[in-house]
Amino acid sequence: MAEHEQHGAQTHEQEHPSPAKYILIATYLTLITIFEVAIYYVEVLRPAFLWIFLALSALKFYYVAMFYMHLKFDAQIFKSLFIFGLVLATFIMFALLLLFAIII
Amino acid sequence: MTTNTTAHESHLATTTGLDHRKLLMWLFLASECLFFGSLIATFLLYKDASVVGPQPHEILNIPVTSTSTFVLLTSSLAMVLALAAVQRSDVVAARFWIFATAFLGATFLGFQVYEFYEFVIHGLTPKTNVFGASFFTLTGFHGAHVTVGVIWLMSLFFYSFRHGLPAEKSLDVELAGLYWHFVDIVWVVIFTVVYLIGTLPPEV
Repeated sequence: MAEHEQHGAQTHEQEHPSPAKYILIATYLTLITIFEVAIYYVEVLRPAFLWIFLALSALKFYYVAMFYMHLKFDAQIFKSLFIFGLVLATFIMFALLLLFAIII
Repeated sequence: MTTNTTAHESHLATTTGLDHRKLLMWLFLASECLFFGSLIATFLLYKDASVVGPQPHEILNIPVTSTSTFVLLTSSLAMVLALAAVQRSDVVAARFWIFATAFLGATFLGFQVYEFYEFVIHGLTPKTNVFGASFFTLTGFHGAHVTVGVIWLMSLFFYSFRHGLPAEKSLDVELAGLYWHFVDIVWVVIFTVVYLIGTLPPEV
């Protein structure tokens, strides 16, 4: 019984979005990309470019991973596995950049 | 807003209750995060360390790459529409969207070949400087992943003519989709880090 409940928690999945929702997400992704490229040519924003681009990239990443890859709807274990890899990769990137004094 | 279901995966007789192929795919994608994370970090280490040019801001073409980014993002839409079609047993639509995904992927590769050709013409090869070496390694490995994805999708396309694409086999398409979307989000990061942030002058 307990084992069954545990499996139920691990494999809990929701229905995937409709094609209309997918098209809406694609519209968001396109608009974000257009916005990114547009502000690239706005000189006055140059000091804030790094953080603006990182934020917009993270937003696009979120939309694709959560909706197109169905992490928002699939079993929690898939999300945990992927986030673990992502966090580890981010840690390695920062460690390398710190090691070679690219960032302080 | 929700129509398609993956409920069939919720009651599999496996030790986890999940399809182990899907679990393995997510493990693989997690490991791929480390692979591309290391390549991106290497690019950031070397992009401004070249003794001779060309430097990133002198050669990277934002308008062309923005277009190829749009093409790859559109291919992700085609991929989820293919999966949705398979889940509602619409083989003709599934076939169309799988082929569209592969076609858009091949178009992205065409843009990459054009970009590499232009760079070589303008004197940037993997041997020119450390920027060139790290740039071609990173984007080349990404391109190789896209190529594998296109081959995978085309094999699904031809497979569908012989065996169909029944809803109970939707996981076959979903696995290809997970791989394809991962390749897409890696490009989202590469586009930002290499092309947008990478072309900022070093003092910023």
